[in-house]
Amino acid sequence: MIPKPHGGKLVNRVVTGEKRDRLVLEAEELPVLSISYERAVDVVDIAHGVFSPLEGFMVQSDYLSVLHDMRLSNDLPWTIPVVLDVDPDEISGIKEGDYVALKHGETIVAVVRIDEIYGWDKREYAEHIYKTLDLRHPGVAKTMKRKELLVGGLVDLLNEIEYPVKHRVLWPIETRVLFREKKWERIVAFQTRNVPHLGHEYVQKAALTFADGLLIHPLIGWKKPGDYRDEVIFMAYEALIKHYYPRDTVVLAGLLMNMHYAGPREAVHHAIVRKNFGCTHIIIGRDHAGVGNYYAPYEAWTIFNEFPDLGITPLFIREAFYCKKCGGMVNEKVCPHGEEHRIRISGTAIRDMLRRGKTPPEYVMRPEVARAVIEAGNPFIE
Amino acid sequence: MTEYRREGRYTTVSIPVTLYNRIKKLIEGTGFTSVSQYVAYVLREIVAAHEERKYEEPFTDEDREKILEKLRRLGYI
Repeated sequence: MIPKPHGGKLVNRVVTGEKRDRLVLEAEELPVLSISYERAVDVVDIAHGVFSPLEGFMVQSDYLSVLHDMRLSNDLPWTIPVVLDVDPDEISGIKEGDYVALKHGETIVAVVRIDEIYGWDKREYAEHIYKTLDLRHPGVAKTMKRKELLVGGLVDLLNEIEYPVKHRVLWPIETRVLFREKKWERIVAFQTRNVPHLGHEYVQKAALTFADGLLIHPLIGWKKPGDYRDEVIFMAYEALIKHYYPRDTVVLAGLLMNMHYAGPREAVHHAIVRKNFGCTHIIIGRDHAGVGNYYAPYEAWTIFNEFPDLGITPLFIREAFYCKKCGGMVNEKVCPHGEEHRIRISGTAIRDMLRRGKTPPEYVMRPEVARAVIEAGNPFIE
Repeated sequence: MTEYRREGRYTTVSIPVTLYNRIKKLIEGTGFTSVSQYVAYVLREIVAAHEERKYEEPFTDEDREKILEKLRRLGYI
């Protein structure tokens, strides 16, 4: 059965029709806060129910509860704060209860009702969310550059923002309708920001053996240099699905959402978000949403022990490798052979080969997938 | 560090002493460090299961038709 959204209600803060026309006019008279692309992405996610039950940016009680207890103040699991940072100068003269317009570039994206203005300790945030203060961690570096105050309040989305592969992004209400239409009841989500190699395919197909359908859900939005471009990820997956997946078992759709590289906490966050999309299960990698060596192996699995009430089941499928003796992709649970027979798939090595226009061996990557990536030109973010 | 007071965030619920002792014995050698922690864990699991019932998708037939039209146009159906 398709699970209900987190907290029981799919949020919709997208304003349409006459109400939108009225708010657009009113917004022109409101104080304006300029927001970054990432905050605009948060606004859009809140409005479309990706972050249900959040209806706006967090107020302090929720922020602190998430930071310290990994739960909202109403006890619901939540691990990554969704907060709007502002400069004291920007907010001077604005008080709680006022409305402000959020502007990205030249577009007024949304109107926010200011419920609370409060301070935050960015070091404390980094220590709890990223478990490090090391500025080489991309999430920490971004946090330290954020503004000094936070603003909590309800969001009303007036205008959508621009983002890549827009025609391939579906919102929670759309996947929920789609899954019902397909009569899928057990749906496994696969989070990715990479082009698929045979290890990914192995894990996805292992999950598909018991599920009705698979949601391959690449993250669209901010990524770090060296990551694959969004368009390339789609082209690669389209090639894989066309040649190697049974019909009507896979939905490939983009998820516009910021990446934090917060490891275990972000693994839980990804699970909650996929529950909102109607998924019953999510594949969690050993180092899910990690970067460098900031998180211990399997930490992204053990954190789930703290959430018996998540409402989506994590699938801990072990990393796959090619075994020369078995003659195929396997994992530690099913292969009895020694390390000398195993060939581990290295994402870095695959990137190097593709960058040089070389096709990786067939036991690593499907030739159709490699071809799609190579033919895309420069597949990586500069 | 922001002051984050834990007072007022916990309350007391009474359970029979016999049950308390049974749980205390049960959690020995597990990851649970107290009876309270175990009870909160189990209750969250049960409460979430109860909350899962009685839910209907929040879209009308008209919404559904519009979404289906988009999904067909995009080749998802």
